[in-house]
Amino acid sequence: MRDDRPLLPSSPGFWRSPLRGPWFTSVLGTVLLVGITVLFVTGLVSYAAYNPDLSPVNDQTPDKGLLGFYLFAWPTGPVWLYRLTQGVHVTLGIVLIPVLLAKLWSVVPRLFALPPARSLAHALERISLLLLVGGGLFEFTTGVLNVQLDYVFPGSFYPLHFYGAWVFFAAFVAHAVLKAPTAVRNLRRHVREEGDLVAPRPDAPTVSRRGALALVGGGSLLLFLTTVGQSLGGPFRRTALLAPHGGADPGGGPNGFQINKTAAYAGITPADTHQDAWRLVVTGRTGTVRLSRADLLRMPLHSSSLPIACVEGWSTADQWWRGVRLGDLAALVGHDGDPPDVFVESLQRHGAFRRAALRANQVADPRSLLALYVNGETLSPDHGYPARIIVPAAPGVLNTKWVARLTFGDL
Amino acid sequence: MRPRPPLGNPFQILLLACSFALAGYAGVRLLAGDWRAVALWLVGAALLHDLVLLPLYTLADRAVVRGLGAAGRREGTLYVRVPAALSGLLLLVWFPLISGMADRRYRSATGLSTDGFLARWLLISAVLFGGSALLWGLRVRRATKRRPPAAH
Repeated sequence: MRDDRPLLPSSPGFWRSPLRGPWFTSVLGTVLLVGITVLFVTGLVSYAAYNPDLSPVNDQTPDKGLLGFYLFAWPTGPVWLYRLTQGVHVTLGIVLIPVLLAKLWSVVPRLFALPPARSLAHALERISLLLLVGGGLFEFTTGVLNVQLDYVFPGSFYPLHFYGAWVFFAAFVAHAVLKAPTAVRNLRRHVREEGDLVAPRPDAPTVSRRGALALVGGGSLLLFLTTVGQSLGGPFRRTALLAPHGGADPGGGPNGFQINKTAAYAGITPADTHQDAWRLVVTGRTGTVRLSRADLLRMPLHSSSLPIACVEGWSTADQWWRGVRLGDLAALVGHDGDPPDVFVESLQRHGAFRRAALRANQVADPRSLLALYVNGETLSPDHGYPARIIVPAAPGVLNTKWVARLTFGDL
Repeated sequence: MRPRPPLGNPFQILLLACSFALAGYAGVRLLAGDWRAVALWLVGAALLHDLVLLPLYTLADRAVVRGLGAAGRREGTLYVRVPAALSGLLLLVWFPLISGMADRRYRSATGLSTDGFLARWLLISAVLFGGSALLWGLRVRRATKRRPPAAH
């Protein structure tokens, strides 16, 4: 019996699993069709949230050309908007990993199928599949590595993940158009035992197809339960046992919540922020004013409850910030009533987002503050002492910490 | 007369040409930096998955099925496969944190420590394998009880 077993994976008899078949692949493919579409849309939304067309400092992919066709002015409400879209993007991406792996497993015999191409159309489809599989794994891998701060990929994350997404999506759409009708038909008619994916000489089953799908779903559920807490915050953060911003908060007390980049990491020293050294330089239509922290504290102070939401998918519950309205600072330098855009510079000397631009609608929102306090206490160095920006619904990196200079005017 | 290579579905050719054009438009931007390394990552990701990861876990799974089959305990396959697959999945996704390979940056950027990740992954794995062993044990016991005494 054993002698007639074919040795080459190009032979259909090489593949023995009784699970493979059109129904199994179609279920997984349909889940990915929906899931990856959501990933792509939330990814595009995240790019728009940076307001990349406002200023070059906000744009990590300036040569995007037509790929930025859909950009729009990012709104300031609801305040949890970026928390939601980016939390969905990262959590869903992680949850889909077992589905992606199972889908690739279910169709692997086709990788080795001979002849390599039956027609020109078939040859092109197989080339496209390299972009689909390579591009898909590239997107998932760069995303998973980035949220763990493991920057081993070849270049900056933003261009790799953004352009990689478009390469992947180009192949994904073609694949969906070619295969989705078949998948729907397979699901409707419960086609299980016909086609090239079904093993001609299967091993005895150890699990049913439904059982195998339950295992895939169980993997997704396990990843979901050990990840989602980092985007919910509060008591749920403890449940995110393996997520980068799960588990315990970095500290206790009013400043104890999650930190994106510490003062030490950004190279901010106590000498930089000392009350004798630090001055906020505000420039606008009527000139420049220099304000100490004491000067700022004499201005009208306002409060807003806003979250921190990071591109890495984690976020905090609303924190209670207190500081000077950006609109009031604009008015101080001659922009009364109708504030323009603002260019924000940090004390930070290195790093991609040490400078950021905010759009007029963000400056004008009364909840947008130059915060001096959080949760009733002076900002800690790690949360941006002496002063930081906090804007509703903006991605975390646009909430510049250790602010040194604000330049109001149309960008 | 030599037979011409067949063209196939013209709609499919058009669709794929359109897809390649868009992929090319984004692709030249993707490859604008270190193009060799990026291309290596793109193609390498597919090859590494299809020719290394997938064969490795397939062989591991076959070894479990065969080993249990040889021991006359084939019905226990799932009790080994499920916890192993789930534990392996968590390791695959969170490998940088569990292994501590990005420890220095993570520590200095977030003010958090990667110390707990390995321990938590091991504890989750212990719960998965332990729970599975318990279920299997209960099943075996129930099956033994149900058997008539004569079978002993």
